[in-house]
Amino acid sequence: MADFKIHTMAEMAAAGEHPDVLFWVGCAGSFDDRSKKVTKAVAKILFHTGVKFAVLGTEESCTGDPAKRSGNEFLFQMQAMNNIAILNGYNITKIVTACPHCFNTIKNEYPELGGHYEVIHHSQLLQSLIDSGKLKVEGGDYKGKKITFHDPCYLGRGNQEYEAPRSVIQKLDIELNEMKRSRANGLCCGAGGGQMFKEPEKGNKDINIERTEEALSLNPDVIAVGCPFCMTMMTDGVKNFNKESSVKVKDIAEMIAEAIDF
Amino acid sequence: MLSSLLFLLLFGIAVYFFTKKIKEVNRNINLGRDVDLNDYQSKRWKTMAMVALGQSKMGTRPVAAFFHVLIYVGFIIINIEVLEIIIDGILGTHRILSFMGSFYNFLIGSFEILAVGVLAACFVFLSRRNIVKLKRFWMREMTSWPRSDANIILVVEILLMSAFLIMNATDHQLQLNGSQHYSNANGIIGSFPISSFLLPFISGISTDGLILLERSCWWFHIIGILAFLNYVPYSKHFHILLAFPNTYYSNLKPKGEFTNMQSVTNEVKLMLDPSSVPPPIEPNASPRRFGAKDVQDLTWKQLMDSYSCTECGRCTSVCPANITGKLLSPRKIMMDTRDRLEEVGKNIDKNGASNDDGKTLLNDYITPEELWACTSCNACVQACPVNIDPLSIIIDMRRYLVMEQSSAPAELNGMFTKIENNGAPWQFSPADRLNWAKEEN
Repeated sequence: MADFKIHTMAEMAAAGEHPDVLFWVGCAGSFDDRSKKVTKAVAKILFHTGVKFAVLGTEESCTGDPAKRSGNEFLFQMQAMNNIAILNGYNITKIVTACPHCFNTIKNEYPELGGHYEVIHHSQLLQSLIDSGKLKVEGGDYKGKKITFHDPCYLGRGNQEYEAPRSVIQKLDIELNEMKRSRANGLCCGAGGGQMFKEPEKGNKDINIERTEEALSLNPDVIAVGCPFCMTMMTDGVKNFNKESSVKVKDIAEMIAEAIDF
Repeated sequence: MLSSLLFLLLFGIAVYFFTKKIKEVNRNINLGRDVDLNDYQSKRWKTMAMVALGQSKMGTRPVAAFFHVLIYVGFIIINIEVLEIIIDGILGTHRILSFMGSFYNFLIGSFEILAVGVLAACFVFLSRRNIVKLKRFWMREMTSWPRSDANIILVVEILLMSAFLIMNATDHQLQLNGSQHYSNANGIIGSFPISSFLLPFISGISTDGLILLERSCWWFHIIGILAFLNYVPYSKHFHILLAFPNTYYSNLKPKGEFTNMQSVTNEVKLMLDPSSVPPPIEPNASPRRFGAKDVQDLTWKQLMDSYSCTECGRCTSVCPANITGKLLSPRKIMMDTRDRLEEVGKNIDKNGASNDDGKTLLNDYITPEELWACTSCNACVQACPVNIDPLSIIIDMRRYLVMEQSSAPAELNGMFTKIENNGAPWQFSPADRLNWAKEEN
């Protein structure tokens, strides 16, 4: 990211400034090579649309979502309270994140523990930037491409947001094909509830294979996702069918960032 | 007169046993932990009206929804007729509500048409279960009793509706014959658009034979309904009553939001800030488990969920774990919870509240393998037509496994350790969190 500098909250606070929005990068967005590309895409869009933003950088820590959903409430609340102390210390009021798990946890589970913020998923931020005219999107390379969107559980069923990611990518003049199991009936990628970090229980198929099969049956050019876990699971699924050269798995932010010429 | 007394006796017995069972169920549900769900009353009434009364979540499966509505509407409306049957039974009158005149005829006619709808739906449902053998009615947890339970309900409904129609036909014929007690100076009472097709089959029967047939159907219908009433609380059919309170007490928060355990909050606050004052300990409070090992560790709402389950299997049929052959079935979680709760209740009745029967919901009913297969995707919660939440039970049982037994799968323990040590579920240094900002694309 040579073309602009990412500011941390510590730097901003030292300069006596306050961001419009805090970009909560998340663990996958910080450390996973594939997800880092999504993080950069989000940062690029934020920078070029003139949104004043900052990240916590080394002060960020896991929200505790995987611990909580695996039953470790102690560890979750430890993480939550430490994060809340940092966020409140910087007087954070608005947070955007590209991870539906972070989004859900900070938005819904932090308030009771003392963390009250306006939390949005990056699909919602992109939509508001488009709606307000700050972000102008045209088809670009994606024009006419066949795309299917895989709903993240914690964005869709978990928080009733089905439209924002769809309306954002539809600005690319794509052909959006829905899987039979979509929106409220969407099938999980298989990574939630701590599954990302363990082998699946004994069964006759992996969940991401079941889901990827469904997506591939539509012959898409791109499987669009909005969650780092879904990204991993669907990418692995596509590789399993040796389709990685013809079918790409992309986060909606990457698609938007690629289509606009800043 | 004798038959009126007999009717009253039967009615009294039926109400007595039904009330007794309902009290037992209520006691069992209240074995659960307390949770306050009396907020947002108007929103709750609205949810109940939409989901229970309006069946708003049934429509995702249009065939089942259509036939279910036939039975549902038929069941509710035809029960208005039961009111008349009961009054006639007590007073020895004949069609006492017929003073309503043409509106009465309209009602009786409508009941007959609805009865045909119920009959048709019952046959369709029987064939879906036993001939088409839809997968969700033949899964692992659908052992012989759950399958029989469903069939018993459908067959009884068919018999009740048949008795209702035959009763009307014989009553009609007796009116036509001008028989005493049945006939009326003002002509035929009631409108019989369906049962009149049965007249050719019974017109040859003597008046005594017709009265016998009419009385038999009348008694069969009323005894059948009273017996059915008492069967319901033992059956998956309990949903016809519990769907209403269960949807009223629905979770109104976003599905992604899990409860924050207050007991843990107290502990964590003490750890992070030793100067903080712990909440006062109530003198007689017994130490509580973290998470759920048995039914008493669940909330009363989770226990009510289990009684409300009609075992339709929509949850399991959309569960990603179950679809891919894992042991987990959200429906089984609910069935197990109810079975265990009934067992606990029986043990209390027999041996007193303090008796421990040595069994628990965990392990004796639900295994860790089932619990660890869940992706917490909320598909089961979304699918349930009466807003049951199997996921919350799964998470509460995971909490017990992790926080009381330290028996999470090894990889998850590894993930916990990494979060504790370096603030991420993977092994990366926190110092590297911002590296992405310095890398080239």
